[in-house]
Amino acid sequence: MRDPAKPPFLALRGVSKSFGHGAKRTEILRDVELEISEGELVAIVGFSGSGKTTLVSLIAGLLAPDGGTIALRGAPVRGPGPDRGVVFQSYALLPWLTVQGNVQLAVDAVHRDWPRARRRAEAMRFVELVGLAHAAAKRPSELSGGMRQRVAVARALAMDPEILLLDEPLGALDALTRATLQGEIERIWRAQRKTVVLVTNDVDEALVLADRIVPLKPGPGATLGPSFDVRLARPRDRAALNHDLTFKKLRNEVTSYLLELAARRTTGAPGGGPALPALEPLDLRRGAPRGAA
Amino acid sequence: MSGFLELFNLGKTFATPHGSFVAVEGFDLELARGEFVALIGHSGCGKSTVLSMVAGLADPTDGGIVLDGREIDGPGPDRGVVFQSPSLLPWLTALENVRLGVDRVFAHGTRAERRQIAEHHLWQVGLGDVLEKRPGELSQGQRQRVGIARAFALAPKLLLLDEPFGMLDSLTRMELQEVLVALLARTGTTALMVTHDVDEALFLSDRVAMMTKGPRARVGELLSVDLPRPRERAAVLEHPDYYRYRERLIAFLEEQERDPGASADGALAREAASQAAVA
Repeated sequence: MRDPAKPPFLALRGVSKSFGHGAKRTEILRDVELEISEGELVAIVGFSGSGKTTLVSLIAGLLAPDGGTIALRGAPVRGPGPDRGVVFQSYALLPWLTVQGNVQLAVDAVHRDWPRARRRAEAMRFVELVGLAHAAAKRPSELSGGMRQRVAVARALAMDPEILLLDEPLGALDALTRATLQGEIERIWRAQRKTVVLVTNDVDEALVLADRIVPLKPGPGATLGPSFDVRLARPRDRAALNHDLTFKKLRNEVTSYLLELAARRTTGAPGGGPALPALEPLDLRRGAPRGAA
Repeated sequence: MSGFLELFNLGKTFATPHGSFVAVEGFDLELARGEFVALIGHSGCGKSTVLSMVAGLADPTDGGIVLDGREIDGPGPDRGVVFQSPSLLPWLTALENVRLGVDRVFAHGTRAERRQIAEHHLWQVGLGDVLEKRPGELSQGQRQRVGIARAFALAPKLLLLDEPFGMLDSLTRMELQEVLVALLARTGTTALMVTHDVDEALFLSDRVAMMTKGPRARVGELLSVDLPRPRERAAVLEHPDYYRYRERLIAFLEEQERDPGASADGALAREAASQAAVA
């Protein structure tokens, strides 16, 4: 939970961002206000195309806002830095390195003073953590999409930054693998207490991982909606949550809030249009309408 | 009474460089007319193999499939299929993409009638205002809506859905589930869906068939989902039985996952299936 006595670890004030020029100019984010405390895990939940990646890029310093300010520990963000680790949905793995080699790149960069054997062991620890021990010697081209994403997650975790920005890190994985990895991420987060901004479109992922859920309203000109505090004890066990009244209530609240936003966004609601003519489809083998004898 | 769709002792064996691989064996399932059944199971367990046999895209090695009293021996427009990717022709508009099949299956109708059929179904999926747009101008969710309209436009006896919303973000997925549930309620179409999304299976299904992990995958357990229809999201989520159902499905999947040695076989099954798809 946020401590009002402490200045926010990360603060976004009136942040806005547009792309394009003149008539083609599209406002992606408008007046985004967000405060995150040190050690907090905040999930920003929104639809695809609502500006989630733009928001992560702004915090990462990969983009500069048109208006407003972003400050980390009170100092304005002016560009990318090693204090902010980012994982995007597309896994940028080096194709000529093995799984272990890709993860070790991060370990080598952060722990230069460690002996080689220790760095190797540390890389293997994260490879095992994402369930790829059996594939440690494989190259990215030999892996499925889901396995590649696991490597990217392992590499990000191995980087050990001050704040971790996760942009739909598990988006490409199937629901069951995602659940397993969410458990792993929560476990690691509890151990390290890193500040994490998780961007996701998955309400369950947000509920399992986050201290707080902040909805991003659909753009153009997306703003953040009211926060939902996730007051669920940790570690959060999916099976146990299934019985938890607070979980169920919050899950329904957040889901309903987001679907209501979606309903307002949808331009063409289902229904209407011309009536269906009374015509039987042809049985193509017989060349006659299906109902005919 | 026999079912509208019967899968009887269905089996599929793939030849691999390491010998034959029995992906599916002794798979039995019956669907009543108008029923919605979801097949859930782990990736690579053989769900899609079963669905492609029903679609007539793969031949069973054992057993058979009967739809409305006739054995399936190849693909046909009496079965509409929606895949994860809608595979729309990029140079055609949404309307023209739907017209492709409509023009063949309703060749005995007038031009105006055929246009009306295609338009009707696009309106039904909420695309009435983008009929003339090409796939490149549509969002991923809208493109999949075209795929759904295209399948329904042929008035199929059976709708086959192979993880149709798997590539969509979870919120768009929920929107499309609502579009689908409304269409099914209105048309009474019988449907078999492959998914690994437990909430999706419960929101849509009358019954959920839980598949064991391959090899020799079959129906391990059937769950009847007695949630009132028409299904409405908030009401479904708040139904006193919802989380009990959900727990049963998750528990089954977890039991399967713990099955020792199953994951290596699952990977082999995927390999065999992808080789079969290439061949």
